[in-house]
Amino acid sequence: MTTTPIAHRATAVAARATDLSKVYGQGETQVVALDHVTVDFRQAEFTAIMGPSGSGKSTLMHCVAGLDTFSSGSVRIGDTELGSLKDKQLTQLRRDKIGFIFQAFNLLPTLTGLENITLPMDIAGRKPDKAWLDSVIDMVGLRDRLSHRPTQLSGGQQQRVAVARALASQPEIIFGDEPTGNLDSRSGAEVLGFLRNSVRELGQTVVMVTHDPVAASYADRVIFLADGRIVNEMLHPTADSVLDQMKAFDAKGRTS
Amino acid sequence: MFRTALRNVLAHKARLLMTALAVMLGVAFVSGTLVFTDTLSSAFSKQSAKSYDGIAVVANGGTTEIGPGAEKAGGIPADTLQKIEGLDGVSEVTGRVSGFAGVADQKGKLIGSGWANKGGNYAPGKDGKDAAYDFSQGSGPAEGGQIALDKDTAKKGKYKVGDSVRVATNGPVKEYQLSGIFSTEDGAVNAGGSLVLFNTPVAQELYQKPDFFQDITVSAKPGTSDQAILAAVEPLLPKGADAQTAKKLADQEAKDIKSELSALNTMLLAFAAIALFVGTFLIANTFTMLVAQRTKELALLRAVGASRSQVKRSVIFEALVVGFLSSVVGFVLGLGLSVGLRSVMGSFGAKIPSGSLVISPTAVIAALGVGVLITVLAAWLPARRAAKIAPVAAMSSVHAVASTKSLVVRNTIGSVITAAGLASIFAGASMGGGDGRLTIGVGAFLSLIGVIILIPLLSRPMIAVVKPLLGKMFGVSGKLAGQNAVRNPRRTGATASALAIGLTLVTGLTVIGVTLGQAIDRMTTDNIRGDYMVSMANNGSMDRSALEALRQAKGVAAVTPQQALDVEVKGEAWAASAVTPGDVEKIFSLKIQSGSLATLADGQVAIAEETAESNGWKTGDSITAKIGDSEPRKSMKLTIGATFTENEFVSPFVLSTDLVDPLYEKPYIAQVWLKMDGGETKANEQALVDALGDNPGMNIMDRQDIRNMFGGMINTMLYVMYGLLGMALIIAVLGVVNTLAMSVFERQQEIGMLRAIGLDRAKVKRMIRLEAIVISLFGAVIGVVLGSFLAWAIGETFKNSIPNYELVIPLERLGLFLLLAGVVGVLAALWPARSAARLNMLTAIKTE
Repeated sequence: MTTTPIAHRATAVAARATDLSKVYGQGETQVVALDHVTVDFRQAEFTAIMGPSGSGKSTLMHCVAGLDTFSSGSVRIGDTELGSLKDKQLTQLRRDKIGFIFQAFNLLPTLTGLENITLPMDIAGRKPDKAWLDSVIDMVGLRDRLSHRPTQLSGGQQQRVAVARALASQPEIIFGDEPTGNLDSRSGAEVLGFLRNSVRELGQTVVMVTHDPVAASYADRVIFLADGRIVNEMLHPTADSVLDQMKAFDAKGRTS
Repeated sequence: MFRTALRNVLAHKARLLMTALAVMLGVAFVSGTLVFTDTLSSAFSKQSAKSYDGIAVVANGGTTEIGPGAEKAGGIPADTLQKIEGLDGVSEVTGRVSGFAGVADQKGKLIGSGWANKGGNYAPGKDGKDAAYDFSQGSGPAEGGQIALDKDTAKKGKYKVGDSVRVATNGPVKEYQLSGIFSTEDGAVNAGGSLVLFNTPVAQELYQKPDFFQDITVSAKPGTSDQAILAAVEPLLPKGADAQTAKKLADQEAKDIKSELSALNTMLLAFAAIALFVGTFLIANTFTMLVAQRTKELALLRAVGASRSQVKRSVIFEALVVGFLSSVVGFVLGLGLSVGLRSVMGSFGAKIPSGSLVISPTAVIAALGVGVLITVLAAWLPARRAAKIAPVAAMSSVHAVASTKSLVVRNTIGSVITAAGLASIFAGASMGGGDGRLTIGVGAFLSLIGVIILIPLLSRPMIAVVKPLLGKMFGVSGKLAGQNAVRNPRRTGATASALAIGLTLVTGLTVIGVTLGQAIDRMTTDNIRGDYMVSMANNGSMDRSALEALRQAKGVAAVTPQQALDVEVKGEAWAASAVTPGDVEKIFSLKIQSGSLATLADGQVAIAEETAESNGWKTGDSITAKIGDSEPRKSMKLTIGATFTENEFVSPFVLSTDLVDPLYEKPYIAQVWLKMDGGETKANEQALVDALGDNPGMNIMDRQDIRNMFGGMINTMLYVMYGLLGMALIIAVLGVVNTLAMSVFERQQEIGMLRAIGLDRAKVKRMIRLEAIVISLFGAVIGVVLGSFLAWAIGETFKNSIPNYELVIPLERLGLFLLLAGVVGVLAALWPARSAARLNMLTAIKTE
């Protein structure tokens, strides 16, 4: 099966993977995690990557986000080609151009909420844009929790801090790795709402890996992966349509 | 359960390696010390027994080699020797005399260290040989102008048989012809000194008086018992002499050697104890971490039915295995250490009699026992904590949280102990003297323990002080490092404790040493006006001819001997100095309290104010004193002409040499002091050297040399202490490595996240390194402060016995200690920082 060509929209591309492959091991034990994947992530678009376990969805995100190396092909963030970068430059790129939201929140327990939010800028030695920071904090509704440490916050609040951290440095693109995986449905909905608002209102670009059809329904576009390849793409998804699509894959998987 | 324990030992090799190293080093120190002193003691005993080979009885003439007035007293006359020789059962009698003899090398410098430069007589027996000396070249000195030298001295001086050799005794230098070179078991030679053999009449003239011996050795014909000879010899000996069988003497010497070495033994073991004490923290820390890491595992064991005591036993058993294995390795290392110690001593010039290592069962049991005991004791608390893990912990998905148990109990206990310690230190400081020192010792121990208990409490506020600075200087890495350092106060505390203990001792010793050194410096500057002090290399008495020669030296402005004698007043003996009136005040700054030193010339006596006061004497009083070496001593009336403030360089009684000299056959001239025109100059020093005939047996010291003589001793002692405490510091470094490795392991996820959001490798490394430096410096600051405080307290106790005592805090050196502590931190962070920087981000941020 060949990859489905993706319709080109008029907007600019925030990140692009071309012919991207990732292979673990050699010979008999060789595992192909990504198999010649080509995909664009457009600016001001909320993309969800879905697929069953082992489909390569996390690997795709890690490679595009500069967290993992790839075997062949190329990855571009904005105008920067990742393949040629050394660890130091890659680290700088992640710091300045990429925001991250993890499933396990991954906040530093020694820092307060506010300090966690400004951490990427602290690392870069930059002063945060005060007005922008305020609007982000207000958006996630953390104004009265800024001096709390992560252990004093609920899971939902912690993830809101993580969302604010990702937004605060105004990155070109935000990657989320199952951002609602550890949250109850209400907190999850809140976080997803913030992400969608950041795309709609602030023009942020967000790419999120998830296995939850409800979470995916918040996105503008869903990409489906299986066996390291993109097998389908859906625009303006709803929870039901995503679920149907996944059931179809499941059935296909069983009959083939 | 035991199998799980064993598996655990194997599974955590790297972490346990730190514990093992700490135990190994401590045990190596203990076993090395024990084996070394046992070996040394056995070798010396064998050697001394060997020197009595074939000898039945030894008689001592009641002479002492060094001491006022004793130079010519006693002795055994030659005719007594002949009488003993005529006794039934006696095969041979040898008479011995000995004293100081310095040999000049080709450049005119003394060979050897001064105190072990010996001279003696060559006493050939009936076969024409002296059994004590084994000649490899030439033969013994047959004529007065000949000498023989021991092998090493001849080699050092590059002398060959027939060469002429300059030899200094306590008088002028003389040239002798070298007749032979020998090897011997003599103690002075083995200690790295030299031995010159003279022909007997020459030696008698030099060291006793003609036809008198200091010692005689008697050997028996086969079949005669030593006791029978002893019984026969004793009645023939003059008054004051005594005799012993050689066997008894050898036993006595062996005993003396043992007791002398036991002091060394105790000191080395004290340092081993410090090293082990510091190691305890490291071991306890490691086991705490191992238990924390295994919370789930242990909870699972509990869930499937293991009892609390089984869990506890399994941890203790693990400690037992680790303790035993590392003790065995440590013991073997200790054997190497004892061999090393021997060669180190050898390189300082001391020849240690060869002999195989003596490994006594006591040494084996003590070393292994201590190693195992320490490990098990240190693991006790962690084992208890392990037993308390609830079975339900196996089910929880959360990573084991570090113990957040309140520190209230700990802090209360710590505060009480610290307060008791401090109170005891202050009490001791105000008491002064020996009692005060003992009280301070107890207080020091208590407050050290107290502070160690309080260290977790102290860590937060102390590190909080530097936190803002860290953030400012090193940005985010600094800020995070500061916060990480106080994250687990218990662990930070345990890590810093090791360094704190080591540095408390190092700082305390340094401050006391430097303070004493400066006090001595000031004492020298304040009390001496003269330029040079001349003394014998062995600190014995010099001949009057040397004094006369110095008086004639070019450029001499004032000269006084310092003749040591004792003055007996009302049955009490007082140390006295006989000096040259008129010159003495130009050479020593004696602060006159009453009267005048001019009265010395009239045969009056000057007495130190403190001595006079305690006896109720005043200027103008008369006292009856017994002086001189006649028997009975001459009694005379002395008028007190002056009192002076006590001076470290003269005795409490000061008399004129004119008064004293007629009363002694041979004065005991300890030193000659001089003031020269133009002060201390090269030319003046050369003038003195020339006046003494380039005598290798005499030391000429200027004021700086005098200062160095005392200061040098203190410095050497300090360096030895530093060396010994280095062991504790090595263990402290291991402790820091251990803690950091654990922290990195626990914070994998955090570090992974930081890397993901843009902290580069260099900054991750810097973060870990700064954390190590902060913890090290925290421990070091506590050690330096506590050590300085203890030094102050100890100083208070001997404040009164040292005039112008003033506490000196050597800031540069303490600064150096802190700097070193920082370096320790950097070194300790090398490996953990590297592994943190290389952490795989993806595994680190992946959730379970």
